[in-house]
Amino acid sequence: MGEILVLVDHADGVVRKPALELLTLARRIGEPSAVVLGAGSAAADIAAKAGEFGAAKVYVADGAEFADQLVVPKVDALTQIAKAAGAAAVLVTSSGEGKEVAARVALRLESGIITDAVDLEAGDGGPVATQSVFAASFQVKSKVSHGTPVITVKPNAVAPEAAPAAGAVENVTVEFTGKAAKVVSRTPRVSSGRPELTEAAIVVSGGRGVGAAEGFGVVEELADSLGAAVGASRAAVDAGWYPHSNQVGQTGKQVSPQLYIAAGISGAIQHRAGMQTSKTIVAINKDEEAPIFELVDYGVVGDLFTVLPQLTAEVKARKG
Amino acid sequence: MRIVVCVKYVPDATGDRRFADDTTTDREAVDGLLSELDEYGVEQALKLAEAHGDAEVTVLTVGPDDAKDALRKALSMGADKAVHVNDEDIHGTDVIGTSAIISKALEKTGYDLVVCGMASTDGTMGVLPALLAERLGLPQVTLLSEVSLEGNTVKGRRDGDAATEQLEAELPAVISVTDQSGEARYPSFKGIMAAKKKPVQEYDLDDLGVEADEVGLTGAWTAVETITARPARTAGTVVKDEGEGGKQLAAFLAEQKFI
Ligand SMILES: Cc1cc2nc3c(=O)[nH]c(=O)nc-3n(C[C@H](O)[C@H](O)[C@H](O)COP(=O)(O)OP(=O)(O)OC[C@H]3O[C@@H](n4cnc5c(N)ncnc54)[C@H](O)[C@@H]3O)c2cc1C
Ligand SMILES: Cc1cc2nc3c(=O)[nH]c(=O)nc-3n(C[C@H](O)[C@H](O)[C@H](O)COP(=O)(O)OP(=O)(O)OC[C@H]3O[C@@H](n4cnc5c(N)ncnc54)[C@H](O)[C@@H]3O)c2cc1C
Repeated sequence: MGEILVLVDHADGVVRKPALELLTLARRIGEPSAVVLGAGSAAADIAAKAGEFGAAKVYVADGAEFADQLVVPKVDALTQIAKAAGAAAVLVTSSGEGKEVAARVALRLESGIITDAVDLEAGDGGPVATQSVFAASFQVKSKVSHGTPVITVKPNAVAPEAAPAAGAVENVTVEFTGKAAKVVSRTPRVSSGRPELTEAAIVVSGGRGVGAAEGFGVVEELADSLGAAVGASRAAVDAGWYPHSNQVGQTGKQVSPQLYIAAGISGAIQHRAGMQTSKTIVAINKDEEAPIFELVDYGVVGDLFTVLPQLTAEVKARKG
Repeated sequence: MRIVVCVKYVPDATGDRRFADDTTTDREAVDGLLSELDEYGVEQALKLAEAHGDAEVTVLTVGPDDAKDALRKALSMGADKAVHVNDEDIHGTDVIGTSAIISKALEKTGYDLVVCGMASTDGTMGVLPALLAERLGLPQVTLLSEVSLEGNTVKGRRDGDAATEQLEAELPAVISVTDQSGEARYPSFKGIMAAKKKPVQEYDLDDLGVEADEVGLTGAWTAVETITARPARTAGTVVKDEGEGGKQLAAFLAEQKFI
């Protein structure tokens, strides 16, 4: 079995959970190697973590370019490493940036690309990826038929499993080539202290029915009682009630938690596209005709301002 | 200044979208339209052109006969002219092939700034702008929620997962804009009438020097093995809140071991 390169997504010197999921999936199709780019002094810790999750080798490259220029330095590095290692496949997390990096790497390797896989398994002619398409109404299995398969995988495709391996660090000097946009400044997102939306086991989302920015108070209180992330529909985001970084849907985040609670959300196709693969779906909406009820495992027809606080109180009571 | 906006003709997302027997998107079952996310690209291109004063906006699509509807819509919003790449051999092309066709068409059309949407609403890959930048050797300034031109420099704000970045690059460049970049205008009656007279240049693969075997299903570097309709979610329990709704919901969540 060949070497499967996993581009490790990290922020603030910490490995992000989707990278551990990729390493877990990579073991199904070959021998995982991690690629850690632009992590500075955190690289050693990140490499150790990648080793814990099955990376036999960890390629580490550093340089100001990774932070100062958009996308291209990562493409330079990943392509160079893939060629030198004779990689059997390249896996990248499906984020905006991850997909852009993966696509350009695929082109340079003269390979096909599959984006937004929700599952990955070994097949006769290479890895087989599952995509969930047309707002999750179809499951498509496909493979790359030319070159080194480059596949981007959505967060939450699999539960990360530790499987200690050597994690031997190999430092790489990258030749930077391409024409890139300059990153003039970067403002890190302020953490809400709540779980990351795409990684959370439970998501509580509010929509236009929440009525105002202050209305999100009842949504946040329920989320905090459950240890959940907070999401929002585009209507709520467009109204300025909640940050765009919390939008769930086609043009926001695509989430696939164990439990999704939609409050005051009608269930438009573009919203569904971001949450329909959730394991259990619950909705609170005062309109019994709201299309969201077609999706639910449990629904309450009622006013979210009475139902949510009652639920929160009950959750707190049960948790003691 | 030559601004070219790439737009895609897609099946309406609110329709019952399906696949044809050859695993490609069924374009018969559902009406098509200009991808709503590409309206934002057209809007920003028109704004940049208005601010610049001496700019021409061309809209470009690769798609079947009906894709003209998407071009007409963009022309009626205010674009000056259109390019339609249409050839039977394109049917079934994957994203690598599509990027090859579009980059050839762009070379033929000429450009200083290429504008794309953040993603199509059918394939939803969101990678075509990056592929165009790679093929044309241009900087990519993508996923912008704010964009401006200052002289020969394009500047923009990119809201990433972990951070917000201010980006800039010299022209020529490829940009893509998100649905946060500002509402797209509606075509006016005058715009709709004027669009009928605006020129639409047609190209086939020959005109662009693209070989038929580089594209289509046979030229694709990816292959679909199976397509399965997702089983409809089984209808759950829906209760009316008669004062105990929150408690009933809590009982359900406890039964499912969430609390
Ligand atoms: C290209 C494109 C991309 C899009 N991307 C996204 C996306 O990423 N995410 C997204 O969410 N949308 C997206 N949309 C928008 C989408 O089509 C809907 O407009 C949006 O999801 C509606 O949000 P909503 O459900 O909050 O609002 P509405 O549809 O207005 O629904 C509000 C609901 O709240 C209920 N309600 C009102 N008051 C109460 C109360 N007190 N208690 C309980 N219920 C109450 C109402 O009965 C109603 O069902 C996109 C649209 C397009 C065209
Ligand atoms: C459900 C589904 C899944 C698919 N998955 C894959 C896959 O994993 N790998 C693969 O190689 N192909 C895949 N395809 C095929 C791919 O969608 C097409 O090749 C398409 O031409 C380009 O991808 P996109 O629509 O996702 O574009 P995106 O990368 O999402 O488009 C971004 C922008 O590029 C411009 N653009 C896109 N298409 C055109 C066009 N035809 N004309 C002009 N401008 C355009 C627009 O500005 C658009 O906003 C898939 C198609 C479908 C329907």
